[in-house]
Amino acid sequence: MGEEVKVFRTWSSPFALRVVWALDLKGIKYETIYEDLSNKSPLLLQYNPIHKKVPVLLHNSKPIAESLVILEYIEDTWKHRPLLPQDPHQRANARFWIKFGEDKVFPAVRDSLLKQGKEQEEAHEAALESFKLLEEELKGKKLFGGEEIGMVDIALGWLANLVSVLEEVLVLKFIDEHKFPLLSAWMRLFADIPVIKQSWPPRDKLVTKYIAIREARLATN
Amino acid sequence: MAEESKVTLYGYSPCPFGKRVEMALKLKGVPYEYVEEDLTNNSQMLLSLNPVHKKVPVLVHNGKPIAQSLVILEYIDETWKNGPQLLPKDPYKRAQVRFWASFVQQQLFESMLKEFKTKGETQEEASKELFEKLKLLEEGLKSFYFDSDRSIDTEHVGLLDLVFVSVFGSYHKVQEEVLSVKTIDPEKSPLIHSWLTALLDLPVVKETLPPVEKMVAHIKFFRQRFYLPQLNDP
Repeated sequence: MGEEVKVFRTWSSPFALRVVWALDLKGIKYETIYEDLSNKSPLLLQYNPIHKKVPVLLHNSKPIAESLVILEYIEDTWKHRPLLPQDPHQRANARFWIKFGEDKVFPAVRDSLLKQGKEQEEAHEAALESFKLLEEELKGKKLFGGEEIGMVDIALGWLANLVSVLEEVLVLKFIDEHKFPLLSAWMRLFADIPVIKQSWPPRDKLVTKYIAIREARLATN
Repeated sequence: MAEESKVTLYGYSPCPFGKRVEMALKLKGVPYEYVEEDLTNNSQMLLSLNPVHKKVPVLVHNGKPIAQSLVILEYIDETWKNGPQLLPKDPYKRAQVRFWASFVQQQLFESMLKEFKTKGETQEEASKELFEKLKLLEEGLKSFYFDSDRSIDTEHVGLLDLVFVSVFGSYHKVQEEVLSVKTIDPEKSPLIHSWLTALLDLPVVKETLPPVEKMVAHIKFFRQRFYLPQLNDP
């Protein structure tokens, strides 16, 4: 059919990985364009003038930005191998948890990386509180999507990727096996799925990246 | 059976997020019961319906609660398929609606709230931020939302209209009264201004958004009672 699909990403952006996973799960063929965020390409700036960020999905020359918006677009466009349930209430539940991940989980983990002292402690506490709720939601399920990966797993998948990296960088525990057995099991299961595993950025490079980010942030304080 | 299909909306009248859900239900012609929750008191009902956030709005349908206003709007659109569609059918247009709804909600509303919650230099920064973001919205509207002859289609009110008017409708005027700040200037943001004016004229909006005086009183109360005392400087 000659559908042109392109993904603008960086080697490590957890948001871009969501798009890669969704496309790979649905078996969509696409071209990858790697961006250097310190030197953004004119194309990226043209396709995402508002936020100037990755990921951007380009489909038949039309750009879509914001990873969660892109996920919904992918779901609306390629209807096989659905990532959301059919039932409206279950869909609403999935969207609720995706939003929770974005509004509560991610900022707390991010601030644990970027802050220090009391602010870091508070962020870390908030992260742990958010994990408790995720643990509850996993009761009776292997994956947030049930038996198969769904959009919630994809949206939260960055945890499976980054939590152990940040634990090493910060010397701080986030997801303790004993406190969060279901969440720990989910992270292992998710990370091991072939489509996911094949696109993990190299761990040592991630450790280096996040050490550098933290050091740069501390230096500016 | 009738009990099951009943729709109840728990809201708090100054809160714009509940208002947008109300407007959506009205547009779809869905009968509902509205229950006012006083957020200054903890309510047991609220704690059981939305244990994660303990917040409004919460929509209860078929005995099941749904929280988060944007999630609720999509649920309403998917459940009641008769009546106007809140989201377009075309995937790319849907993506644009979601993108801008997220922008209004996360970027614009957050800056606006910062303005109310702070004073002095921090408040000035928040105002500047808000102004920059409004410029982006104005640009975005030109390429996406309005058709080539720049007319505003109020026949087909959708999700983005509801998100936008619930955030700006009352707050915009309230800001002017409480903070003496003019946010939506017809000269600097002509498209946004004409869009807002057209929306505020719609019956469903007029009958749902609280009157400006009530909002002013509310924001003043919140500012005095909660926001300003939390600030460090006197």
